[in-house]
Parts: sequence; structure tokens; C-alpha cells
Amino acid sequence: MDFQLLDLYTLAPEIFLLMGVSVILLLDLFISEKRRNVTFFLSLIVLIITSILPWLFYDAEPRVIMNGLIVSDALGAALKSFLCVLIAVGLVYSKNYLLPRGLHRGEYFSLTLFAALGMMVMISSNHFLSLYLGLELLSLSLYAMVALQRDSGRSSEAAIKYFILGAIASGMLLYGMSMIYGATGNLNIEAIVFAILTGDADSTLLRLGVVFLIVGIGFKLGAVPFHMWVPDVYQGSPTSVTLLIGTAPKIAAFAFVLRLLAEALGHPSLHQDWSQMLTVLAVASLVIGNVVAIAQTNFKRMLAYSTIAHMGFLLVGFMTGSITGYSASLFYVLTYVLMALGGFGVILLLARDGFEAEELSDLSGLSQSNPWCAFLLMIILFSMAGIPPTVGFWAKLFVIQAIVDLGYVGLAVLAVMASLVGAFYYLRVVKIMYFDANESSDATVTYRTGLAIFGVNGLLLLGLGLFPGWLLSLCESLIESSVRTF
Amino acid sequence: MITLSHYLILAAILFSISIAGIFLNRKNIIIILMSIELMLLAVNINFVAFSHFLGDLSGQIFVFFILTVAAAEAAIGLAILVVLFRNLNTINVDDIGEMRG
Repeated sequence: MDFQLLDLYTLAPEIFLLMGVSVILLLDLFISEKRRNVTFFLSLIVLIITSILPWLFYDAEPRVIMNGLIVSDALGAALKSFLCVLIAVGLVYSKNYLLPRGLHRGEYFSLTLFAALGMMVMISSNHFLSLYLGLELLSLSLYAMVALQRDSGRSSEAAIKYFILGAIASGMLLYGMSMIYGATGNLNIEAIVFAILTGDADSTLLRLGVVFLIVGIGFKLGAVPFHMWVPDVYQGSPTSVTLLIGTAPKIAAFAFVLRLLAEALGHPSLHQDWSQMLTVLAVASLVIGNVVAIAQTNFKRMLAYSTIAHMGFLLVGFMTGSITGYSASLFYVLTYVLMALGGFGVILLLARDGFEAEELSDLSGLSQSNPWCAFLLMIILFSMAGIPPTVGFWAKLFVIQAIVDLGYVGLAVLAVMASLVGAFYYLRVVKIMYFDANESSDATVTYRTGLAIFGVNGLLLLGLGLFPGWLLSLCESLIESSVRTF
Repeated sequence: MITLSHYLILAAILFSISIAGIFLNRKNIIIILMSIELMLLAVNINFVAFSHFLGDLSGQIFVFFILTVAAAEAAIGLAILVVLFRNLNTINVDDIGEMRG
């Protein structure tokens, strides 16, 4: 039991973030209402510094620290850094949305940072305990943030639904973890792998555990048939919170599934079981997500169903259990969160005091009143639909390539058909923006910084679509160097 | 003689009761919160039983953490419930469904 000083250096991002939140939480008490901007900028500074720290102390080869609780690797460093930048950009988007709604308060920022801390713990855990604690820190912060708009009936309804289904998911995960603990006698991922390899593990208990874990993961990712909470939470939460829920936690969930399924339970005999279950979830998500999205009139709710469909694609890449499949999924999740960031970001930019801009009809005539915004939103929607030359096309292509290489042609055909159905409702939004007459109000955006960030966001999707090669090779090298497969 | 499987069966029964309590109950959200607690306690029985019969302490340590998190979770759940009641004047499960589709 040696407690090396070096371990603390490796944990520098988490420790710094925790100290930062504590300071912000205390400092906010002494700041007057008018100078609340200080909290906002401090949160941004903390996030930016936290996003740099992983690169100073990362390990090229996976290294287990803190008595097996945490693993430090290149994948973790990259994801943590990206995650912090993403949350910081999300905060910048939300600034003018928060002010008139009374959400521009210290609690909002400290809860965001606590959620970030939870995600960072999830990303680099090597032990069921740290996985669970990271997940709960993330979930509890998000439940509170959804309910933060206290006078809104919708957001409290969304919060209670999110809370109940999230708690069921945690219960299922824990039940699965207890079964795997019983089968292998260990909670440490490496020790579990060892127990499975040597054949010490009871295979019935192990399979039972895997089933419960998959149910829990399905709930957390929002895959059909465990998706009931996603549309309600996306629609009911304040849009800035929807943006947070729809982006960064997807990256953490990817890492979570990677640690649990690919690393701990990646043994070929178990992979067979979970890949079948994931295939069922993926197919159902692709079909239900894309078909039900057509019927939506609320933009946020439509994006929620589109998220379900995208999570289906993520699972399609994941079920292969191969390095190419995992890298394709990583590429998919990284580019998807950029699209979701822009999609929810534009709602935040168009919203004003007393106007949420969340109905599809609110976007009508956007091309006349705000051509730049309409053009960028078009790029984002094309990217979600998977139309070249945007990056969404490559994300889908790499996933499909990975499964066709392994012979899952039927699944590939189904994924393409589901995307075709999906293209319909994305293009309908483009039609509303460009060809429908403007009935109601003007859609001017006065928030310059947000508009600039939105421009970078949209053009990044186009740029990555023109040069996708480097990102894919980065994803492949991260997965190869970090995931300890069989 | 009480064996490991007795504990596991007890935990499985409690877990099933809690799931049934969540999905069959149409009356009161507080009952759902109680079921969630029961679910976590069923998991705790599992962990402690395995821990005892495997002779490994880490399962029991895990239970401490689950208990702590469950307390935090109950606090947030009840807080959300209070906000909900203030807005809608009801905690009846059937009345909570403004958003559909």
C-alpha cells in the first residue's frame, strides 16, 4: 500500500477542478447579484485550465494508480480535455439564455463543474466503485440542474422523470455489478479480467450480471426500449441544461461502456452475449428514434429522438468488439457531440426573454431574417443526417465500414435505411428555414460572442468533413494504445 | 444452515418488489422513492452476502458508498418532489404527463 506522490500529479486535472469548484462555490456567496459575471468567468477559467492539465501528466501506456481505482491513459487524457472545452463552450452559448430566466446563479455553474468532475472520474476509472461514484456525481448534479428553474411545471416534471428513471438505471447497474463481484470476487477491472481468463468465474452469475449491466447502460445512453426519459427531459429542461445533457455526458457514457464492456467483460465468450443484446438495442433505437422523430413539432423533442437514433449508431459500432469498431464509435461520439452542441446552441441564441424558440415553426423564415444562422444550422442538420461533405457522413461511413468488414451486412443495410428515414426530418427543418414564410417575429441574434462560437462550431463540422483522416487516425491510435482488449 | 443462495434469493425478491413498486404503482410518487431505496438495499444485501462468503472486504466497503449515495439521492429526489408539488399541486403519478409523444 504505497501512496506515491506521483499518483497525485496524474490526478491533477480532477484535483484542480474539485478545488476550483469549492472556491467558486464559496466565493459566489460574497458576490453581489450585479457582479455574478465573475462566477461565470471563473468557471470558464477553471474549465480551460482543467482541459490543459491532462496533457501535462498523461501516460502513453495505461498506468493504474490509486491502488487500482484509476487508470491513466492517452484516451482518458484526450476525452477529459475535450470534455472540458465542450462544457466551457456550452456555458458561453448559454450566457444570454441564463440571464433573463434567473438561472445565472452560482449554483448553476458549480453544479456544471461538479458534473464535469463526475464525468472525468468516469472516464478514467479502473474499478467498479469509481465508475459508480463518477456516474452518481454526474447524475445527481444533472437532476438538480433540470429542476433549477423552480417556477416551471415542465422542468420539474422533467426532473422527476429523469430522477426516477436514472435511479432505476443506477439500481440495475449496481445489481449487475454485485453479480459480477460475486462471480469473480473482485471489483477491480484488471482483477475481473484475470478471474475470467483463468476460468475462476462462475459463468451463470457472470451472464446474469452482464444482462443487468446492459439494462443499466441502455437506460443511461437512452437506447430503446429504455429511452422513455430522453424526449421528456430534453423538452422539459431549460435549453442550456438540455445542451449540457445532450453533449458531454455522451462522451463520458462512451468511456463508461468502453471500460465496462470492452475492458472488463471483453472476453470472447462474454462478448458474444453482450454484442447480441447491444445489437437488439441498436436496431430498436435506430428504427424507433428515426421514425418517431418525424412526428415531432418541437425542435428539442425532435433532437431528443435524433439522439436516440445516434446512440443506436454508436452501439452498432460498439457491438463488433473490435478495435476498428471502437474507433469508429469514438469518432462517431466525438463528432456527434459537436453537432448536438450546435443544434441546441442555435436554440439558445435565438431565444429571448419570454420566447424559447423551441418549436419548429419558430425557425420559419430564418434564412431571410438571419441568413448566416440559417446556413450554419443547415450544415449541422446535414451533418446529423449524414450528407457529404459534412463530417456526419464520415462518422456513419466508418461505423458501417467496421461492421461490413466483420460480415454484418444485414445490420449495415438496416442502419443505412434508418438514416434515410432520418434524413427526411432533418431536411424538413431546412425546408422550414428556407422556404416557409416568416409568420411571427424576427430572429435577430444580438449576442455576438455566441454567434462567433456558433460560426466556428458549424464550420468545424464542414472542415472535419473535408479532412476526416487525421481525426480517424487519432481515434484509432487512442483506442489502440489505451483499450486493453483480449 | 443459511447459505449464500438464501441471501441471493432474498435480495432478488426485494429487487423484484421494488421494480414492481415502481412500475405498477399509479398513485403516489413517494412510493416510487421508497421503491428506489428498497432497490439499493437489495443490492446491498447482495454485496454483503458475496463479500462474506468470498472472504473479501471490498464488497462491504462498496456498501458504505452505496448507502451514502442513496442518502444524497433521496435528498435530491425529495427536493425535486417539493418543487413539483409547488408547481402542479399534486404528486399523483397519473396527473404528471404534460409532455407526451
